[in-house]
Amino acid sequence: MQTKPIALKILDVVSIILLAISTYLALFFAPMELVMGQVQRVFYFHIGTAWVGLLGFVIAALTGIVYLITKDMKWDRFGVAAVEVSTVFFFLTIVLGSIWARPAWNTWWTWDPRLTTAAVTELIYVAYFMLRQGIDDPEKRARFGAVYTLLGGVSAPITFMVIRLFRTIHPVIVGAANANQEKMSMTGDMKIAFFFALFAFTIIFIDLIWHRVRLGGLEDKVEQLKLKVSM
Amino acid sequence: MDKNKIQKDELIPRAKRSSLSSRPSLLKATFAIVQKDLAAEFRSFELVSAMLVFSLLVIIIFNFALELDIKVRQSVTAGVLWTTFAFAGTLGLNRSMSTEKDRGCMDGLLLAPVDRSAIYFGKAISNLAFMLIVETIVLPVYSVLYNVNLFRLDLIGIILLGSIGYVAVGTLLSAMSVQTRTREVLLPILLFPVAIPVLLAAVKASNGLLTGADFAEVLIPLNILIVYDVVFIAVAFMVFDFVVEE
Repeated sequence: MQTKPIALKILDVVSIILLAISTYLALFFAPMELVMGQVQRVFYFHIGTAWVGLLGFVIAALTGIVYLITKDMKWDRFGVAAVEVSTVFFFLTIVLGSIWARPAWNTWWTWDPRLTTAAVTELIYVAYFMLRQGIDDPEKRARFGAVYTLLGGVSAPITFMVIRLFRTIHPVIVGAANANQEKMSMTGDMKIAFFFALFAFTIIFIDLIWHRVRLGGLEDKVEQLKLKVSM
Repeated sequence: MDKNKIQKDELIPRAKRSSLSSRPSLLKATFAIVQKDLAAEFRSFELVSAMLVFSLLVIIIFNFALELDIKVRQSVTAGVLWTTFAFAGTLGLNRSMSTEKDRGCMDGLLLAPVDRSAIYFGKAISNLAFMLIVETIVLPVYSVLYNVNLFRLDLIGIILLGSIGYVAVGTLLSAMSVQTRTREVLLPILLFPVAIPVLLAAVKASNGLLTGADFAEVLIPLNILIVYDVVFIAVAFMVFDFVVEE
């Protein structure tokens, strides 16, 4: 039996501490936003979860390519871990966004490009799990999963481009595309909370992926042992 | 020992030569597959007739669900058409791939000494042909039923581009979904989220044409359609090998 590596144990503790500090910064340290009030504080976690969510989907597409080239199951485990963790974080992003949107836009949901793209992306990765579930052969499962994450990774940016043709009301905080878009700005303390949340969620993301990759390895081992016993 | 070695050396290039000369070109192999599919279809009209009847039923349902009176009609025609094509398309894609799988034709195709991408292009072209046949029947029927002229070269161009993109990714995903346990159920779930860009761009472009908007407004979705077609044909071409390999 393989024990949990010490580095992972340390990372667990660090993630919990970082999450606590980030919560403090977002809820108490950052100044209250003038127009939107307290509900704006949800923004720090909204961006944090969105960032790691997207990061995971990009990682999944890349590990998919690497898997198809090398055919090493290690990359498949990495890809699944990335999609699984990201799907949860991305769902959190959508929920947190809705919480913010209710008082700010007076509606839980609107068919804005970013919201729609987020929903479609989330559905792509739900479909990914359904695809994997329908295949028994682990090698084929890995192959099809890799192909599908690749397709999803290519299609999501195009979805965003298309839906932008329809309409947008989502605020642009980082890098407004043109002067017409409503741009919001952050004060110094807000920036600290913002960047700290990004950092904290990145560490938490790494920690969770590590756990999931390790779990995947253990699952494979159990399967092999079961086969050995049944023979 | 030495003699053996020489014989072996002689054998390998000869074997290589013969396999090269008997290997048909990509284009030839692709058209052989298209021909096979079309011949099988024209014997039975199984697929096209099912897609067609289904399309007409969808239009009838839309007629009552959306109360397609003259005012509503103008703004939703593009949406109704593309929804119909997308649904009928999944029906065709599923059927065309599962006949290959069920009767073991796919194994035969895979054993044939042709490039695997010929199988992809062959299936994609015949799927496109079925979809276009259905569309050429649905368009006049819709035109007659709702008294709008859908026979416009620009609209037909958009429909062609949209269908190409839809079929390009649909053929790849149907080759994947027939190999899973859930089969027919899985294809729309896999296909729709990935095909949303092509469907939305096609709806936007068709709607612009039908409502007589500026050409500049149609140009952006048109560009996206072309980009999607090129990108997804290229991606599907590259990964199809991984989907069919055993």
